[in-house]
Amino acid sequence: MNVWTKLVSAACLLTVAACARPEPPQQVFDPYASTGTGALYQGDLAGGTLGGEASAQYFDTQIGNTVLFPAGQTTLTAEARAILARQAGWLGQHPNFSAVVQGHAEETGTREYNLALGARRASAVQEYLIAQGVAAPRIRTLSFGKERPAETCSDEACYAQNRRVVTVVSDSGAGS
Amino acid sequence: MFRNLTIAFVLGLTAAPLAGLPALAQDAPLRIEITDGVVEPMSIALPAFFGDAEIAGKIRAVVADDLTGTGLFREIPAEAQIARPDSFAEAVAYEDWRAIDAQVLVTAEVARSGEGISVRFRLFDVFAGQPQGDGMQFDARAADWRRAAHKIADQIYTRLTGEAPYFDSRVAFVQETGPKNARIKRIGVMDYDGANILWMTDSSSLVLAPRFSPDGRSLLYTSFDSGFPQIRVMDVATVASRPLTQGGDSMAFAPRYSPDGRWVVYSLEQGGNTDIWLMDAATGAQRPLTDAPSIETSPSFSPDGRRVVFESDRSGTPQLYIVGIEGGEPSRISFGEGRYGTPAWSPKGDLIAYTRQVGERFHIGVMRTDGSGEKNLTESFLDEGPSWAPNGRVVMFTRVTPGGSGQPRLHSVDITGRNMRPLDLDFAASDPSWGPLMP
Repeated sequence: MNVWTKLVSAACLLTVAACARPEPPQQVFDPYASTGTGALYQGDLAGGTLGGEASAQYFDTQIGNTVLFPAGQTTLTAEARAILARQAGWLGQHPNFSAVVQGHAEETGTREYNLALGARRASAVQEYLIAQGVAAPRIRTLSFGKERPAETCSDEACYAQNRRVVTVVSDSGAGS
Repeated sequence: MFRNLTIAFVLGLTAAPLAGLPALAQDAPLRIEITDGVVEPMSIALPAFFGDAEIAGKIRAVVADDLTGTGLFREIPAEAQIARPDSFAEAVAYEDWRAIDAQVLVTAEVARSGEGISVRFRLFDVFAGQPQGDGMQFDARAADWRRAAHKIADQIYTRLTGEAPYFDSRVAFVQETGPKNARIKRIGVMDYDGANILWMTDSSSLVLAPRFSPDGRSLLYTSFDSGFPQIRVMDVATVASRPLTQGGDSMAFAPRYSPDGRWVVYSLEQGGNTDIWLMDAATGAQRPLTDAPSIETSPSFSPDGRRVVFESDRSGTPQLYIVGIEGGEPSRISFGEGRYGTPAWSPKGDLIAYTRQVGERFHIGVMRTDGSGEKNLTESFLDEGPSWAPNGRVVMFTRVTPGGSGQPRLHSVDITGRNMRPLDLDFAASDPSWGPLMP
């Protein structure tokens, strides 16, 4: 993990507002970056004081549930790592939620290779979330290959949206 | 399905009892070769079959469709026929058939008795002026008249090409409905020509890539019914299914039987890495066949069951490799431009069919098992997943049209690449698996 991702992660843990924008900021300034664990929020978020934040809908729309991959690639881009850091932060604040990490591929490529490719992408996301502190048993992976495209056109504009991993969170009712 | 069928090879119209295939005519039999050269289709006359008019007409039409569908035969239209005999027993007036350039003549008679039919046929080499092989009779339930027709066409095809038959066979496939981003899929089984469709699964969960067992009695397929892709096995006759692999945190897909039906080779994903595994179908005991950090998938057995061809991206792009079933270092056999996938070893053993992507175009291709003699058979926006006919001379595959309204359709092509045609289905379908020749 590099410094950049640490900064983003810490910022999200500290202040939800910084992560609430639909478009992630290009840079995040974290005043607590050098203060050790001071950036960890220990409050009562999951208890409902912040209303809808403890919901899958909030996660999907405000945290960002999707990361994208370049063609044929399974390694995380800097942008993907920023989104995943926010996801890890949210999962850290909502320990009663678990996640299914769903890998996808664009339609070019064979069905079976794309299943394997989607699994590799999902695994890359899972590993990153675990490295960010999410307990491994809370994250399962799954690949849909090219079976469930987000966009249906047959050119790069759609393919770029389909080479993705979607983190689907649900309230498992079991805090940790 | 075919458990109740009683099609029987019985003594035909000659004195000698038949055992298996009839002897071919002596000397040099009439023969059309499936080769690379441009072929003039052999002209064949199929005058109206005698007997029960309705069923005889239907059987004749299926025999004609089977034969002309290969691209190897051209049917002489009924209007051109000047020598139509009055009965099945009547002697053939060869000169009248020569006059209209019929190289081959088929005569047949259908007798109906209660729920059963008997179909007798004869095949003649017109220019040699003699029968080609013995006459034969097939007995079947009337409901199985299409199978009787396919058996006759298979006999004709085999006698004239020297290749093994394939018309009396079935294909498992996936029907696709609904929008492209929420496709509903269910598995069906049909005759090779699209008739007699039977549905094997409902549309409640995503299913992929059914694969027939060598005896045609069961199907392996990948199902998301547990929420995670796992391999299930289904009894075709009863439609009962059970999981073959158990989830946990791994994903299993791309299964295929060994030629003796004893083993299942498949892809197992663990922690994001996919390798080829071998399972004893009876005991469930499993062992890895490959162990690499790259993607290994789409395995297919050689006909002798000793080797497996598969797809791997260990070199950086997906390519084809062969490994012995004892494991060891796989050897790469594809070296052309682009990406290779979904290899399928011909049941005849001589060729491997595959999907090849070059730039933004896809091909179905074939190569010899040592990687030589590579040949593209098709080209389109997306062709994928060839499955061999039981005689190893035709493959069926999925062709997908581009765009948001794009649909998959089943197509077949012979190994020369000349005779490419869509299957006549009124719905979208993908992932064909061509089953064995039926008994």
